[in-house]
Amino acid sequence: MSQTVLDVRDLEAGYEPGVPIVRGASITVDKGEIVVVLGPNGAGKSTLIKAIAGLVPITGGRVLLDGKDITAAPAHTMVRLGLAFVPQTENIFPLMSVEDNLKVACGILKPRETPARIEEMYAAFPDLARQRKTAAGNLSGGQRQMLAVARALIVHPKVLVLDEPSAGLSPKFVSMVFEMLAGIRKSGVTILLVEQNAKAALAIGDRAYVLVEGKDRHEGVASELWNDPVVAELYLGQRRLDHERDRHSRKGGAA
Amino acid sequence: MNLQFVVDGLLAGSMIGLGAIGVTLTYSILRFSNFAHGDFMAWGAYATLAVVGAVGAMFGKIAPIAPLSFGWPLIAAVVIGMAITGLLALLLDMVLFARLRAKGQAIIVVMASFGASMALRSLLEFIFTSRPTYFSRAIQIAMPVGFGIRITPDQIALLLLTAVLVLGVHLLMTRTQTGRSMQALSQNAALARIVGIDVAKVVRVTWIVGGALACVAGVMIGILIQIRPFMGFDMLLPMFAAAILGGIGSVPGAVLGGLIIGMAEAGAVQLIGAEWRAAVSFIILMTVLFVRPIGLFGVRER
Repeated sequence: MSQTVLDVRDLEAGYEPGVPIVRGASITVDKGEIVVVLGPNGAGKSTLIKAIAGLVPITGGRVLLDGKDITAAPAHTMVRLGLAFVPQTENIFPLMSVEDNLKVACGILKPRETPARIEEMYAAFPDLARQRKTAAGNLSGGQRQMLAVARALIVHPKVLVLDEPSAGLSPKFVSMVFEMLAGIRKSGVTILLVEQNAKAALAIGDRAYVLVEGKDRHEGVASELWNDPVVAELYLGQRRLDHERDRHSRKGGAA
Repeated sequence: MNLQFVVDGLLAGSMIGLGAIGVTLTYSILRFSNFAHGDFMAWGAYATLAVVGAVGAMFGKIAPIAPLSFGWPLIAAVVIGMAITGLLALLLDMVLFARLRAKGQAIIVVMASFGASMALRSLLEFIFTSRPTYFSRAIQIAMPVGFGIRITPDQIALLLLTAVLVLGVHLLMTRTQTGRSMQALSQNAALARIVGIDVAKVVRVTWIVGGALACVAGVMIGILIQIRPFMGFDMLLPMFAAAILGGIGSVPGAVLGGLIIGMAEAGAVQLIGAEWRAAVSFIILMTVLFVRPIGLFGVRER
């Protein structure tokens, strides 16, 4: 029987009191899994994941990590509790060197372990090793994402949580980022990610949830979900409608 | 032209620079201009003076360390004064700034710092009166060092002290986890929390470092010029000019900015007259804002 690492139960969360964006979402992530949260725009995917990471006020439900209640723990205590979060944008310190970006995240490690751990990250991400003295703001989009992930992994998290790791990247980097995540899972890290790029995420995921209007509406094995009619209606159908509307409005604009 | 302005400028620059470090750190990490920073200098000087008095009362008169005008009591008192000023800054943050920061409007915090500045100054006038006072009334003989420049032993000691402190703060910022956390917080506060940085702790360190350095700057003014409640407030414009000239957030920038302003002031006194002294930092500040608003060591926000 697989062991549940992250257990989110009936979570309610939102930025303003009385206006929940996440409305009773429940998801679980087992050890060594990649779990993907999909959903149409505005479904509350990012809010859900930020609430789990302690960045959005939680008004109901619970978040358990390895059986321990971490609901609404202060964001800065999350890495110590075992949850490392990679935000969608602005996920590096642009004026600090690559090395300092890694070092600054090592606060919970013992100081004498830090150098060896940084070298391990360089071994796993050779691109970063070549640019250790470079200001992180000068890295390419893909390398920034790599640095953000390395910085999250450096503290041996129980679960790595990513908010749309492929957002804003060129197609070449998108495949690079997903290959990287698949590789990280192979090394035994548990991953939860939110994605717009459903096809690529489902290709590397084990299970997936479809979030609609702040609730988990569907769950399934990642490889089967792409062809699931319910999903097609809930999410992909929505996208098809979006496409139609876009085409329509473009035509309208031309006329 | 007499080269004496070099020494005068370096000394004025040291005082401005030490104060500007605090200004630049508060600005970059807490994102507000703390107009009460000058008054931390005055409080530091008076706190040190009070401790010197207490030491004198307890142990009697202790001779100064030749050839300096001051002895061990003052050195010990500065260390205690630094702690007191650091705690004062921390206390002010707890009772005033932190609460207003939580409400999220920077301009309110800035205005509050103006109010705090006046309150702190008035409190000093109330306790110590506004009459100027001195650490020592002994007159030091300045030694000629060539090129028409004269310097006193006190001045040499204080320049060395400034160099040591600046180097120390620079190493703190670049080589320690605390310093990296401060940099991280100034660049992206939300991300700093995500990577596990305890923001409240870093803020506390920022106030203590800023307050302690302000105390040293205040004591320098006290030793070289005089101690009065307005001594810090008068340094406000040069300090802000130095911090902005150096580039907000940069410790080396603040010090270099301080030295440039100090030199320019001292040069202006000689060239165009002492009444223009205060105008110099204003002119430099304006020029920087027009020509290179990010300052010498500043980096554009991405």
